Amino acid sequence: MMQKGFAKGFPIMVGYIPIAITYGVLAKQAGMSLTELTLMSMLVFAGASQFMGANMIAVGAGAIEIIVATFVLNFRHFVMSLSFMNRLRGSALKWKLPMSMGLTDETFAVTAIHPKEANMKNGMFFYAGIMVTAYFSWVAGSFLGGVVGEIIPERLSQSMGIALYAMFIGLLVPSVKKNKKIALIAVLAMLINALCVQLGMSTGWAIVLGTIIGGSAGIFLLKEEQA
Amino acid sequence: MIWIIIIGMAIVTMIPRIIPAFIVEKLQFRDWVNRWLSAIPYAALGALIFPGIMSVKADQPHLGMFGGIVAIVLAYLGVHIILVVIAAIATVYLLT
Repeated sequence: MMQKGFAKGFPIMVGYIPIAITYGVLAKQAGMSLTELTLMSMLVFAGASQFMGANMIAVGAGAIEIIVATFVLNFRHFVMSLSFMNRLRGSALKWKLPMSMGLTDETFAVTAIHPKEANMKNGMFFYAGIMVTAYFSWVAGSFLGGVVGEIIPERLSQSMGIALYAMFIGLLVPSVKKNKKIALIAVLAMLINALCVQLGMSTGWAIVLGTIIGGSAGIFLLKEEQA
Repeated sequence: MIWIIIIGMAIVTMIPRIIPAFIVEKLQFRDWVNRWLSAIPYAALGALIFPGIMSVKADQPHLGMFGGIVAIVLAYLGVHIILVVIAAIATVYLLT
């Protein structure tokens, strides 16, 4: 079962390593040491927020802004975790806890298309296999990025700054294709964020406000789908 | 300072992931909270993309926009996310 999980986790590994390397490069440029950036991957294990954290460190944002922005950004994992834990209702807490910690957008997506294993004997090992694969490729990739960050040409590493935004676009666009109203929510958040920046607010708080206010549009816009 | 940031980020990342493991058995949300929560990821992604994307090259905001447009088109065509990322990097690299 564990090996089956490794196999299903392989595409995540392929996707994670280059992004993790990019994160390592950017984190290094943001002024973090190799130990710090690798430890961030080990302890935080959340790609988008680590990119954001590194970016915000680079622009000199304060610790509280970064932590609050991370919390708001990762609150989506609460919803994913609820859905995943709902499927694991019959399982012991000693399994649910590590499973919840290994949850990312990608591991959630892969486990979500393999719901049967939740009720199979040793099914937890299948999910664990996926998450272990994802975790180690993320941590190893980050370390590697921190190492090669020094020898990579500046023009290339600067260009890699777009990777974070391209990844967010890559996560957002498939959802927009399924529901056009999602584009409206995202654009509203963009505009609120841009307005807050214009008003002189720091990047961190602008993102927090854009997310909370922009997201509240979903209360009205996502009505029909839920009903 | 960076250590406080790392530990703080680790804690606030852990909390939303771990709480459902304890409460899922007894939870029932009001509908509007569900809708708000389900919109949060998209709003967060939107706020993260713009206007930040224009600062990829601080002196040339159009470079980030071009990279972003390439990413949008490829993602819309259903190209794998990793290729979307690589193509956006290549776009900015070649235009620099």
